[in-house]
Amino acid sequence: MRTWAVRHSALMERLYKAFEGTIARAAPMLARIGFARLERPVAALESGVKGFLFDCRMCGDCVLSKTGMSCPMNCPKGLRNGPCGGVRANGNCEVYPEMPCVWVEAYRGSLGMREGAAIAGILPPLNHALKGSSAWLSLAREKAGARG
Amino acid sequence: MTAAAAPHPHDVGADPAAPLVDLPGHSSRGRLERVLRRGEFAVTAELSPPDSANVDDVEVRARIFEGWVDGINATDGSGAHCHMSSVAVSAILTRIGYSPVLQISCRDYNRIAIQGNVLGAAALGVGNVLCLTGDGVQCGDHPEAKPVFDLDSISLLSVIRAMRDEGRFMSGRKLTFAPRVFLGAAENPFAPPLDFRVIRLKKKIDAGAQFVQTQYCFDFEMLRTFMTKARDMGLDERCFILVGVGPLASARAAYWMRASVPGVHIPDSVIARLEGAPDQRAEGKRICIEMIQALREEPGVAGVHVMAYRQEQKVAEIVHESGVLRGRAPWRRDFIPKMQPVESLEG
Repeated sequence: MRTWAVRHSALMERLYKAFEGTIARAAPMLARIGFARLERPVAALESGVKGFLFDCRMCGDCVLSKTGMSCPMNCPKGLRNGPCGGVRANGNCEVYPEMPCVWVEAYRGSLGMREGAAIAGILPPLNHALKGSSAWLSLAREKAGARG
Repeated sequence: MTAAAAPHPHDVGADPAAPLVDLPGHSSRGRLERVLRRGEFAVTAELSPPDSANVDDVEVRARIFEGWVDGINATDGSGAHCHMSSVAVSAILTRIGYSPVLQISCRDYNRIAIQGNVLGAAALGVGNVLCLTGDGVQCGDHPEAKPVFDLDSISLLSVIRAMRDEGRFMSGRKLTFAPRVFLGAAENPFAPPLDFRVIRLKKKIDAGAQFVQTQYCFDFEMLRTFMTKARDMGLDERCFILVGVGPLASARAAYWMRASVPGVHIPDSVIARLEGAPDQRAEGKRICIEMIQALREEPGVAGVHVMAYRQEQKVAEIVHESGVLRGRAPWRRDFIPKMQPVESLEG
Protein backbone atom coordinates (compact mmCIF):
# COMPACT_ATOMS: atom_id res chain seq x y z
CA MET A 1 0.00 0.00 0.00
CA ARG A 2 2.88 2.33 0.77
CA THR A 3 4.27 1.98 -2.74
CA TRP A 4 0.75 2.47 -4.12
CA ALA A 5 0.46 5.77 -2.26
CA VAL A 6 3.79 6.92 -3.67
CA ARG A 7 2.81 5.89 -7.20
CA HIS A 8 -0.33 7.94 -6.78
CA SER A 9 1.50 10.84 -5.16
CA ALA A 10 -0.37 13.42 -7.25
CA LEU A 11 -3.74 12.10 -6.05
CA MET A 12 -2.44 11.92 -2.48
CA GLU A 13 -1.26 15.50 -2.75
CA ARG A 14 -4.73 16.67 -3.82
CA LEU A 15 -6.36 14.71 -1.00
CA TYR A 16 -3.87 16.16 1.44
CA LYS A 17 -4.51 19.72 0.27
CA ALA A 18 -8.26 19.23 0.65
CA PHE A 19 -7.77 17.68 4.06
CA GLU A 20 -5.48 20.48 5.16
CA GLY A 21 -8.22 22.96 4.28
CA THR A 22 -10.74 20.92 6.28
CA ILE A 23 -8.46 20.92 9.30
CA ALA A 24 -7.97 24.65 9.00
CA ARG A 25 -11.74 25.21 8.89
CA ALA A 26 -12.35 22.81 11.76
CA ALA A 27 -9.56 24.23 13.87
CA PRO A 28 -11.68 26.73 15.89
CA MET A 29 -14.23 24.03 16.66
CA LEU A 30 -11.49 21.59 17.67
CA ALA A 31 -10.04 24.29 19.90
CA ARG A 32 -13.41 24.69 21.66
CA ILE A 33 -13.63 20.95 22.30
CA GLY A 34 -10.07 21.05 23.63
CA PHE A 35 -6.97 19.66 21.90
CA ALA A 36 -5.88 17.74 24.97
CA ARG A 37 -9.20 15.89 25.12
CA LEU A 38 -9.02 15.05 21.41
CA GLU A 39 -5.41 13.90 21.38
CA ARG A 40 -5.94 10.21 22.11
CA PRO A 41 -8.88 9.46 19.81
CA VAL A 42 -7.53 11.56 16.93
CA ALA A 43 -4.05 10.06 17.25
CA ALA A 44 -5.61 6.58 17.12
CA LEU A 45 -7.63 7.48 14.01
CA GLU A 46 -4.63 9.12 12.34
CA SER A 47 -2.45 6.13 13.11
CA GLY A 48 -5.03 3.82 11.52
CA VAL A 49 -5.55 5.85 8.35
CA LYS A 50 -1.94 6.87 7.74
CA GLY A 51 -0.63 3.54 8.91
CA PHE A 52 -2.73 1.87 6.21
CA LEU A 53 -1.84 4.35 3.48
CA PHE A 54 1.81 5.16 4.21
CA ASP A 55 3.09 2.75 6.88
CA CYS A 56 3.04 5.84 9.12
CA ARG A 57 5.23 5.59 12.23
CA MET A 58 3.47 8.42 14.09
CA CYS A 59 6.58 10.56 14.40
CA GLY A 60 4.23 13.44 15.24
CA ASP A 61 5.75 15.79 12.69
CA CYS A 62 4.38 14.67 9.33
CA VAL A 63 6.36 15.74 6.26
CA LEU A 64 4.77 13.46 3.63
CA SER A 65 3.88 16.39 1.39
CA LYS A 66 7.59 17.29 1.23
CA THR A 67 8.89 13.76 0.69
CA GLY A 68 6.97 12.60 -2.35
CA MET A 69 4.34 10.94 -0.12
CA SER A 70 6.93 8.34 0.94
CA CYS A 71 7.18 8.28 4.74
CA PRO A 72 10.86 8.89 5.65
CA MET A 73 10.42 7.20 9.01
CA ASN A 74 10.38 3.89 7.12
CA CYS A 75 14.03 4.51 6.26
CA PRO A 76 16.00 2.36 8.72
CA LYS A 77 18.21 5.37 9.35
CA GLY A 78 15.18 7.66 9.75
CA LEU A 79 16.67 10.09 7.21
CA ARG A 80 14.42 13.08 6.58
CA ASN A 81 16.56 14.99 4.09
CA GLY A 82 17.39 12.51 1.37
CA PRO A 83 18.92 9.10 0.76
CA CYS A 84 22.16 7.92 2.32
CA GLY A 85 25.14 6.97 0.19
CA GLY A 86 24.50 3.26 0.60
CA VAL A 87 21.58 2.83 -1.79
CA ARG A 88 22.12 -0.30 -3.89
CA ALA A 89 22.50 -0.16 -7.67
CA ASN A 90 19.00 -1.65 -8.04
CA GLY A 91 17.55 1.16 -5.92
CA ASN A 92 17.07 -0.98 -2.83
CA CYS A 93 17.94 -0.23 0.78
CA GLU A 94 21.45 -0.70 2.16
CA VAL A 95 20.11 -2.13 5.42
CA TYR A 96 17.25 -4.26 4.04
CA PRO A 97 18.35 -5.51 0.60
CA GLU A 98 14.80 -6.62 -0.29
CA MET A 99 13.19 -3.25 0.42
CA PRO A 100 13.09 -0.44 -2.17
CA CYS A 101 14.86 2.66 -0.79
CA VAL A 102 12.34 5.02 0.77
CA TRP A 103 14.12 7.96 -0.85
CA VAL A 104 14.29 6.47 -4.33
CA GLU A 105 10.51 6.24 -4.04
CA ALA A 106 10.25 9.67 -2.48
CA TYR A 107 12.09 11.28 -5.36
CA ARG A 108 9.92 9.43 -7.88
CA GLY A 109 6.80 10.49 -5.98
CA SER A 110 7.92 14.12 -5.84
CA LEU A 111 8.28 14.26 -9.63
CA GLY A 112 4.54 13.69 -10.03
CA MET A 113 3.50 16.30 -7.49
CA ARG A 114 2.62 19.91 -8.16
CA GLU A 115 4.66 21.03 -5.17
CA GLY A 116 7.15 18.19 -5.45
CA ALA A 117 10.09 20.62 -5.51
CA ALA A 118 9.62 20.91 -1.73
CA ILE A 119 11.81 17.80 -1.53
CA ALA A 120 14.81 20.08 -2.12
CA GLY A 121 14.12 22.07 1.06
CA ILE A 122 15.98 21.34 4.29
CA LEU A 123 13.96 19.77 7.09
CA PRO A 124 15.01 20.41 10.68
CA PRO A 125 15.92 17.53 13.01
CA LEU A 126 12.95 15.59 14.26
CA ASN A 127 11.55 16.52 17.67
CA HIS A 128 11.45 13.08 19.27
CA ALA A 129 9.22 14.38 22.06
CA LEU A 130 6.35 14.47 19.53
CA LYS A 131 6.47 10.73 18.85
CA GLY A 132 3.02 9.17 19.01
CA SER A 133 1.18 12.49 18.98
CA SER A 134 -1.24 13.56 16.25
CA ALA A 135 0.28 15.66 13.48
CA TRP A 136 -3.28 16.57 12.38
CA LEU A 137 -4.00 18.15 15.73
CA SER A 138 -0.69 19.92 15.80
CA LEU A 139 -1.56 21.40 12.39
CA ALA A 140 -4.99 22.40 13.74
CA ARG A 141 -3.35 23.96 16.78
CA GLU A 142 -1.13 25.96 14.48
CA LYS A 143 -4.12 27.13 12.41
CA ALA A 144 -6.19 28.00 15.49
CA GLY A 145 -3.25 29.89 16.93
CA ALA A 146 -2.73 31.78 13.71
CA ARG A 147 -6.35 32.95 13.77
CA GLY A 148 -6.48 33.75 17.44
CA MET B 1 61.20 10.53 -1.84
CA THR B 2 60.91 14.21 -0.94
CA ALA B 3 58.70 16.89 -2.39
CA ALA B 4 60.38 19.70 -4.27
CA ALA B 5 59.18 23.03 -2.94
CA ALA B 6 58.60 24.50 0.52
CA PRO B 7 55.14 24.65 2.08
CA HIS B 8 53.21 27.91 1.67
CA PRO B 9 54.14 30.40 4.45
CA HIS B 10 50.47 30.62 5.58
CA ASP B 11 50.55 26.91 6.32
CA VAL B 12 53.47 27.05 8.74
CA GLY B 13 53.18 28.08 12.38
CA ALA B 14 55.76 28.93 15.04
CA ASP B 15 56.03 25.25 15.83
CA PRO B 16 54.24 22.24 14.33
CA ALA B 17 51.40 22.10 16.81
CA ALA B 18 50.89 25.88 17.19
CA PRO B 19 47.71 27.39 15.75
CA LEU B 20 48.23 29.23 12.47
CA VAL B 21 47.65 32.96 12.04
CA ASP B 22 44.08 33.99 11.33
CA LEU B 23 43.19 34.72 7.73
CA PRO B 24 40.25 36.98 6.90
CA GLY B 25 37.18 35.25 5.52
CA HIS B 26 38.24 31.81 6.75
CA SER B 27 36.01 29.67 8.94
CA SER B 28 38.87 27.75 10.47
CA ARG B 29 42.55 28.06 11.16
CA GLY B 30 43.21 24.79 9.41
CA ARG B 31 45.53 24.17 6.46
CA LEU B 32 42.99 22.35 4.32
CA GLU B 33 40.79 25.44 4.03
CA ARG B 34 43.84 27.57 3.16
CA VAL B 35 44.98 25.27 0.37
CA LEU B 36 41.51 25.13 -1.14
CA ARG B 37 40.87 28.86 -0.89
CA ARG B 38 44.19 29.57 -2.59
CA GLY B 39 42.80 27.59 -5.52
CA GLU B 40 45.30 24.79 -5.22
CA PHE B 41 44.35 21.24 -6.10
CA ALA B 42 44.08 19.61 -2.67
CA VAL B 43 44.88 16.07 -1.63
CA THR B 44 43.41 14.45 1.46
CA ALA B 45 43.87 10.88 2.66
CA GLU B 46 41.97 8.54 4.88
CA LEU B 47 43.49 7.14 8.05
CA SER B 48 41.96 4.01 9.55
CA PRO B 49 42.08 4.42 13.32
CA PRO B 50 43.80 1.52 15.11
CA ASP B 51 42.19 -1.13 17.29
CA SER B 52 44.51 0.01 20.01
CA ALA B 53 44.84 2.37 22.96
CA ASN B 54 48.41 3.26 22.03
CA VAL B 55 49.09 6.78 20.77
CA ASP B 56 52.11 5.60 18.77
CA ASP B 57 49.85 3.49 16.58
CA VAL B 58 48.15 6.69 15.44
CA GLU B 59 51.42 8.49 14.81
CA VAL B 60 52.76 5.62 12.68
CA ARG B 61 49.64 5.60 10.56
CA ALA B 62 49.73 9.36 9.97
CA ARG B 63 53.46 9.71 9.33
CA ILE B 64 53.32 7.89 5.99
CA PHE B 65 51.14 10.69 4.59
CA GLU B 66 53.39 13.50 5.77
CA GLY B 67 54.38 15.98 3.08
CA TRP B 68 51.95 14.48 0.58
CA VAL B 69 48.49 15.44 1.78
CA ASP B 70 46.68 18.59 2.98
CA GLY B 71 44.32 16.85 5.36
CA ILE B 72 43.97 13.49 7.07
CA ASN B 73 40.50 12.09 7.62
CA ALA B 74 40.13 10.10 10.81
CA THR B 75 37.25 7.74 10.08
CA ASP B 76 34.51 7.33 12.65
CA GLY B 77 33.59 3.69 13.07
CA SER B 78 33.71 3.20 9.30
CA GLY B 79 31.77 0.26 7.97
CA ALA B 80 30.16 0.19 11.45
CA HIS B 81 33.31 -1.42 12.84
CA CYS B 82 34.64 -0.33 16.20
CA HIS B 83 38.06 1.44 16.29
CA MET B 84 39.69 4.29 18.20
CA SER B 85 37.34 7.30 18.10
CA SER B 86 37.72 9.96 15.44
CA VAL B 87 37.78 12.71 18.08
CA ALA B 88 40.74 11.11 19.82
CA VAL B 89 42.66 10.38 16.61
CA SER B 90 42.05 13.93 15.35
CA ALA B 91 43.23 15.41 18.65
CA ILE B 92 46.39 13.30 18.58
CA LEU B 93 47.07 14.46 15.02
CA THR B 94 46.77 18.13 16.02
CA ARG B 95 49.34 17.59 18.79
CA ILE B 96 51.82 16.52 16.13
CA GLY B 97 50.84 19.29 13.75
CA TYR B 98 48.83 17.41 11.13
CA SER B 99 45.59 18.80 9.76
CA PRO B 100 42.91 16.26 10.66
CA VAL B 101 39.37 16.00 9.36
CA LEU B 102 37.12 14.87 12.19
CA GLN B 103 34.38 12.55 10.92
CA ILE B 104 31.05 12.44 12.73
CA SER B 105 28.64 9.66 11.90
CA CYS B 106 25.00 10.17 12.92
CA ARG B 107 24.74 6.44 13.51
CA ASP B 108 26.44 6.48 16.89
CA TYR B 109 25.55 9.65 18.77
CA ASN B 110 22.56 11.79 19.58
CA ARG B 111 22.50 15.58 19.37
CA ILE B 112 23.74 16.02 22.94
CA ALA B 113 26.84 13.88 22.38
CA ILE B 114 27.58 15.37 18.95
CA GLN B 115 27.51 19.00 20.03
CA GLY B 116 29.72 18.22 23.01
CA ASN B 117 32.21 16.42 20.77
CA VAL B 118 32.34 19.33 18.34
CA LEU B 119 33.23 21.74 21.15
CA GLY B 120 35.82 19.35 22.54
CA ALA B 121 37.44 18.66 19.18
CA ALA B 122 37.59 22.35 18.27
CA ALA B 123 39.14 23.13 21.67
CA LEU B 124 41.81 20.52 20.91
CA GLY B 125 42.64 22.29 17.64
CA VAL B 126 40.61 20.30 15.14
CA GLY B 127 39.72 22.61 12.24
CA ASN B 128 37.73 20.38 9.85
CA VAL B 129 34.56 18.38 10.44
CA LEU B 130 33.00 15.96 7.98
CA CYS B 131 29.31 15.32 8.62
CA LEU B 132 28.15 11.82 7.72
CA THR B 133 25.02 9.73 7.99
CA GLY B 134 27.06 6.60 8.63
CA ASP B 135 26.82 3.02 7.40
CA GLY B 136 24.10 0.92 8.95
CA VAL B 137 25.07 -1.21 11.98
CA GLN B 138 24.22 -4.37 10.01
CA CYS B 139 27.44 -4.19 7.98
CA GLY B 140 29.80 -3.99 10.95
CA ASP B 141 31.12 -6.20 13.71
CA HIS B 142 28.39 -5.17 16.17
CA PRO B 143 25.19 -5.74 14.19
CA GLU B 144 23.23 -6.00 17.45
CA ALA B 145 24.00 -2.36 18.32
CA LYS B 146 21.23 0.24 18.57
CA PRO B 147 21.41 2.59 15.56
CA VAL B 148 21.01 6.18 16.81
CA PHE B 149 20.43 8.42 13.75
CA ASP B 150 19.03 11.21 15.91
CA LEU B 151 20.14 13.70 13.25
CA ASP B 152 20.85 13.16 9.56
CA SER B 153 23.96 14.45 7.78
CA ILE B 154 22.13 17.53 6.53
CA SER B 155 20.64 18.57 9.85
CA LEU B 156 24.02 17.83 11.44
CA LEU B 157 25.63 20.36 9.09
CA SER B 158 23.08 23.01 10.01
CA VAL B 159 23.55 22.31 13.73
CA ILE B 160 27.33 22.75 13.61
CA ARG B 161 27.03 25.80 11.38
CA ALA B 162 24.73 27.42 13.93
CA MET B 163 27.20 26.60 16.69
CA ARG B 164 29.99 28.25 14.69
CA ASP B 165 28.18 31.24 13.14
CA GLU B 166 25.51 32.00 15.74
CA GLY B 167 27.37 30.74 18.79
CA ARG B 168 24.53 28.61 20.13
CA PHE B 169 23.47 25.05 20.77
CA MET B 170 20.38 23.62 19.07
CA SER B 171 18.48 24.46 22.25
CA GLY B 172 19.37 28.11 21.77
CA ARG B 173 21.67 28.20 24.78
CA LYS B 174 24.67 30.47 24.10
CA LEU B 175 28.23 29.27 23.71
CA THR B 176 30.93 31.38 25.34
CA PHE B 177 33.36 30.50 22.52
CA ALA B 178 32.20 29.19 19.15
CA PRO B 179 33.98 26.29 17.39
CA ARG B 180 35.95 27.48 14.35
CA VAL B 181 35.54 24.68 11.90
CA PHE B 182 35.56 24.16 8.14
CA LEU B 183 32.49 22.08 7.39
CA GLY B 184 32.42 19.12 5.06
CA ALA B 185 29.98 16.56 3.79
CA ALA B 186 30.06 13.38 1.77
CA GLU B 187 28.24 12.63 -1.45
CA ASN B 188 27.85 9.53 -3.56
CA PRO B 189 27.44 10.47 -7.24
CA PHE B 190 27.23 6.76 -8.12
CA ALA B 191 24.20 5.60 -6.10
CA PRO B 192 20.50 5.88 -6.97
CA PRO B 193 18.47 8.04 -7.23
CA LEU B 194 21.11 9.57 -9.51
CA ASP B 195 19.11 12.65 -10.49
CA PHE B 196 18.51 13.45 -6.84
CA ARG B 197 22.21 13.31 -5.91
CA VAL B 198 22.98 16.81 -7.16
CA ILE B 199 19.87 18.17 -5.41
CA ARG B 200 21.13 16.49 -2.26
CA LEU B 201 24.54 18.09 -2.73
CA LYS B 202 22.81 21.46 -3.00
CA LYS B 203 20.88 20.74 0.20
CA LYS B 204 24.14 19.98 1.95
CA ILE B 205 25.69 23.22 0.72
CA ASP B 206 22.59 25.15 1.78
CA ALA B 207 22.91 23.49 5.19
CA GLY B 208 26.53 24.60 5.55
CA ALA B 209 28.86 22.26 3.63
CA GLN B 210 31.97 24.11 2.47
CA PHE B 211 33.73 21.06 1.07
CA VAL B 212 32.60 17.66 -0.11
CA GLN B 213 34.46 14.37 -0.26
CA THR B 214 32.80 11.83 -2.52
CA GLN B 215 32.57 8.07 -2.45
CA TYR B 216 35.21 6.15 -4.46
CA CYS B 217 35.15 7.11 -8.14
CA PHE B 218 35.88 4.21 -10.49
CA ASP B 219 33.54 5.45 -13.23
CA PHE B 220 34.76 8.73 -14.68
CA GLU B 221 31.83 9.11 -17.09
CA MET B 222 29.31 8.89 -14.25
CA LEU B 223 31.28 11.47 -12.32
CA ARG B 224 31.30 13.80 -15.31
CA THR B 225 27.53 13.57 -15.59
CA PHE B 226 27.31 14.52 -11.91
CA MET B 227 29.84 17.35 -12.26
CA THR B 228 28.07 18.76 -15.32
CA LYS B 229 24.83 19.03 -13.36
CA ALA B 230 26.69 20.44 -10.35
CA ARG B 231 28.35 23.09 -12.50
CA ASP B 232 25.02 23.95 -14.16
CA MET B 233 23.66 24.69 -10.69
CA GLY B 234 26.80 26.64 -9.76
CA LEU B 235 27.56 24.25 -6.91
CA ASP B 236 31.28 23.99 -7.69
CA GLU B 237 31.55 27.71 -6.93
CA ARG B 238 29.84 27.40 -3.57
CA CYS B 239 31.73 24.37 -2.34
CA PHE B 240 35.07 22.59 -2.86
CA ILE B 241 34.44 19.19 -4.41
CA LEU B 242 37.07 16.54 -3.61
CA VAL B 243 36.55 13.27 -5.43
CA GLY B 244 37.26 9.98 -3.66
CA VAL B 245 39.82 7.64 -5.25
CA GLY B 246 41.73 4.57 -4.18
CA PRO B 247 43.83 1.68 -5.49
CA LEU B 248 42.14 -1.70 -5.87
CA ALA B 249 44.46 -4.47 -4.64
CA SER B 250 43.07 -7.12 -7.02
CA ALA B 251 40.00 -8.17 -8.95
CA ARG B 252 38.98 -10.26 -5.94
CA ALA B 253 39.24 -7.21 -3.69
CA ALA B 254 37.10 -5.29 -6.17
CA TYR B 255 34.40 -7.97 -6.13
CA TRP B 256 34.49 -7.99 -2.35
CA MET B 257 34.19 -4.19 -2.12
CA ARG B 258 31.34 -4.10 -4.55
CA ALA B 259 29.44 -6.69 -2.55
CA SER B 260 30.34 -5.67 0.98
CA VAL B 261 31.02 -1.93 1.18
CA PRO B 262 27.79 0.06 0.97
CA GLY B 263 27.56 2.50 -1.93
CA VAL B 264 30.67 1.46 -3.88
CA HIS B 265 30.18 1.25 -7.64
CA ILE B 266 32.90 -0.53 -9.66
CA PRO B 267 32.19 -1.01 -13.39
CA ASP B 268 32.80 -4.48 -14.87
CA SER B 269 35.34 -2.95 -17.27
CA VAL B 270 37.58 -1.97 -14.34
CA ILE B 271 37.43 -5.48 -12.89
CA ALA B 272 38.13 -6.98 -16.32
CA ARG B 273 41.19 -4.76 -16.66
CA LEU B 274 42.47 -6.00 -13.28
CA GLU B 275 41.81 -9.63 -14.17
CA GLY B 276 43.69 -9.27 -17.43
CA ALA B 277 46.79 -7.74 -15.85
CA PRO B 278 49.86 -9.81 -14.99
CA ASP B 279 50.35 -7.82 -11.77
CA GLN B 280 46.91 -6.91 -10.45
CA ARG B 281 48.19 -4.80 -7.57
CA ALA B 282 50.32 -2.65 -9.89
CA GLU B 283 47.41 -2.36 -12.30
CA GLY B 284 45.12 -1.21 -9.46
CA LYS B 285 47.58 1.51 -8.63
CA ARG B 286 47.85 2.52 -12.29
CA ILE B 287 44.06 2.77 -12.58
CA CYS B 288 44.01 5.00 -9.50
CA ILE B 289 46.75 7.27 -10.87
CA GLU B 290 44.98 7.61 -14.23
CA MET B 291 41.77 8.51 -12.42
CA ILE B 292 43.54 11.21 -10.38
CA GLN B 293 45.06 12.66 -13.54
CA ALA B 294 41.69 12.73 -15.27
CA LEU B 295 40.07 14.39 -12.24
CA ARG B 296 42.84 17.02 -12.17
CA GLU B 297 41.58 18.21 -15.55
CA GLU B 298 37.86 18.11 -14.78
CA PRO B 299 36.45 21.62 -14.22
CA GLY B 300 34.98 22.13 -10.75
CA VAL B 301 36.95 19.33 -9.10
CA ALA B 302 38.96 20.98 -6.29
CA GLY B 303 40.95 17.96 -5.19
CA VAL B 304 41.07 14.25 -4.51
CA HIS B 305 40.45 12.23 -1.37
CA VAL B 306 42.63 9.11 -1.37
CA MET B 307 41.18 6.12 0.45
CA ALA B 308 43.77 3.36 0.30
CA TYR B 309 42.41 0.93 2.86
CA ARG B 310 45.19 -1.48 3.88
CA GLN B 311 47.44 0.08 1.21
CA GLU B 312 48.06 3.37 3.02
CA GLN B 313 51.80 3.12 2.43
CA LYS B 314 51.04 3.52 -1.31
CA VAL B 315 49.44 6.96 -0.94
CA ALA B 316 52.72 8.90 -1.18
CA GLU B 317 53.74 6.98 -4.32
CA ILE B 318 50.34 7.47 -5.89
CA VAL B 319 50.32 11.22 -5.23
CA HIS B 320 53.93 11.52 -6.41
CA GLU B 321 53.55 9.46 -9.57
CA SER B 322 50.29 11.14 -10.55
CA GLY B 323 52.08 14.50 -10.53
CA VAL B 324 48.91 16.00 -9.17
CA LEU B 325 50.68 18.43 -6.84
CA ARG B 326 52.65 19.93 -9.75
CA GLY B 327 55.64 20.68 -7.56
CA ARG B 328 53.64 22.01 -4.61
CA ALA B 329 54.68 20.70 -1.21
CA PRO B 330 52.05 20.12 1.47
CA TRP B 331 53.11 20.84 5.06
CA ARG B 332 55.61 18.58 6.76
CA ARG B 333 57.38 18.74 10.09
CA ASP B 334 60.97 18.73 8.92
CA PHE B 335 60.52 22.01 7.08
CA ILE B 336 59.91 24.02 10.24
CA PRO B 337 63.03 25.77 11.47
CA LYS B 338 64.11 25.05 15.04
CA MET B 339 61.50 22.35 15.53
CA GLN B 340 61.88 19.38 17.82
CA PRO B 341 61.05 16.07 16.17
CA VAL B 342 58.18 14.35 17.92
CA GLU B 343 59.33 10.80 18.47
CA SER B 344 56.91 9.89 21.18
CA LEU B 345 53.99 11.78 22.60
CA GLU B 346 54.23 10.04 25.92
CA GLY B 347 57.45 11.64 27.16
